[in-house]
Amino acid sequence: MSAAAAFFYLFAGVTIASGFMVIASRNPVASVLFLILAFVNAAGLFVMMGAEFLAMILVVVYVGAVAVLFLFVVMMLDVDFAQLRQGFQQYLPIGALIGAVFLIELLLVVGSWTIDPGLVQTPLNPVPPAEAVTNTQALGRVLYTDYVFFFQLAGLILLVAMIGAIVLTLRDRPGVKRQNISVQNARTQGMAVETRKVPSRQGVEV
Amino acid sequence: MTFWEILGTVLLLALKSFVLLALLLVFIAYALLADRKIWAAVQLRRGPNVVGPWGLFQSFADLLKFVLKEPIIPAGANKALFLLAPLVFATLALAAWAVIPLAEGWAIADLNVGITYIFAISSLGVYGVLMGGWASNSKYAFLGALRSAAQMISYEVSLGFVIICVLLCAGSLNLSRIVMAQDTSLGILGWYWLWLFPMFVVFFISALAETNRPPFDLPEAESELVAGYMVEYSSTPYLLFMLGEYVAIMTMCALGTVLFLGGWLSPIPFAPFTWVPGLIWFALKASFLFFMIAMVKAMVPRYRYDQLMRLGWKVFLPLSLVSVVVVAFVLKLTGLAPGA
Repeated sequence: MSAAAAFFYLFAGVTIASGFMVIASRNPVASVLFLILAFVNAAGLFVMMGAEFLAMILVVVYVGAVAVLFLFVVMMLDVDFAQLRQGFQQYLPIGALIGAVFLIELLLVVGSWTIDPGLVQTPLNPVPPAEAVTNTQALGRVLYTDYVFFFQLAGLILLVAMIGAIVLTLRDRPGVKRQNISVQNARTQGMAVETRKVPSRQGVEV
Repeated sequence: MTFWEILGTVLLLALKSFVLLALLLVFIAYALLADRKIWAAVQLRRGPNVVGPWGLFQSFADLLKFVLKEPIIPAGANKALFLLAPLVFATLALAAWAVIPLAEGWAIADLNVGITYIFAISSLGVYGVLMGGWASNSKYAFLGALRSAAQMISYEVSLGFVIICVLLCAGSLNLSRIVMAQDTSLGILGWYWLWLFPMFVVFFISALAETNRPPFDLPEAESELVAGYMVEYSSTPYLLFMLGEYVAIMTMCALGTVLFLGGWLSPIPFAPFTWVPGLIWFALKASFLFFMIAMVKAMVPRYRYDQLMRLGWKVFLPLSLVSVVVVAFVLKLTGLAPGA
């Protein structure tokens, strides 16, 4: 067995095992940590295939940002898995039935799947050749030159979704004290402090 | 490849990694001492001066002390995660050094996506903190971990845009190529710190926040949270957290050197300055950045948490985002873009 095959089985094995542990683990925080392990190993598989840029982006986006938010939420929520699983036995038959239907459907689809013989040659001779351009350049060419309008459209949809989320959650509460840094910085001694002459035995009116 | 060739490659890699690790740890031991000495000098104190001449062996004495102490694990802690967290933190911080070119061709792995690798690894560092804070099962540790995670994510965004500006100018994600792109006849004036000066400033401040250094050390603000996510740690696990933190700081110094200060290049591009080995220039530049970080710690008061968030999201993010657009336009219009 070559070194590449050994690493492939290591990464693939750990990915599947940690994927299973995500649903099997009793502690939700452990589930998220296993999910992260699965992501990192999937990145390892990408590296094995020579897609190093995708691997790094997978780690930056999913592990570095998305999973952190998961972990954040899961740590703060007090999820009781025992309570969630109370009806497990009761719903098991119907769940198993639905699962079996999906499995049969999947097998039917995948079983009748054939790859176009003309396409088999394409991944073997990618255009442009893998030696001439790096991963990053090839991806950039596809995203920003060949399919720039679709890419921009996808970005626009994400922007709309983001604005929608902000609009839905934004509420303007009156009577909240807010700090304005420019106002604070614009304060001078003359605006803040007043010097008064205090006559003896008379005091001053404030 | 035969079995022996593979074994030879693996052994060579292991040897290189070991040499780098040893050099780095010794360098960090003295960086830690320098940090304390600079801090002391600013406050007109002597700093550590008892162990060895001028306190030169202080860091090694500290190491010995930490290792010999008893590790205490709180009764309510999640034991496995509690011990895993500092290991993850220190290992990830050290892993980033695999791609940093210390001199021409002196990188353990000269990756094509070197800069994304460092970015990915440094974004993983937050897990050590979050795991440590949660597994300790303590309020202060948990609050510190949450603060730290929010802070690191916020400043990573602007750090990413700063890196994109440099990438646009250099035309490569390979760290060695980024250094070579700065190799012009102008010497120190041709490096990116001058051409991208606002980005250099944003990078420096984001690096402080990313590594939880003062004035952004809110995750371990001792006046509010005792010691933040590290509060339950003692002995070697604590040492690993400390080590990871300083390694991360040195990584940021090295990254700043590569991106903005011309890596191993000599500041004056003719002999006899070009005869000086690249490693020495690299170490000098990284030490200069570390000196600046140490001075900031000594001089600047701690930020408030809302000020920190405002600076990250409302000042640095728009600034760096606009810079990416401006840099791209200038490169395109002047025809200076690499590979154009």
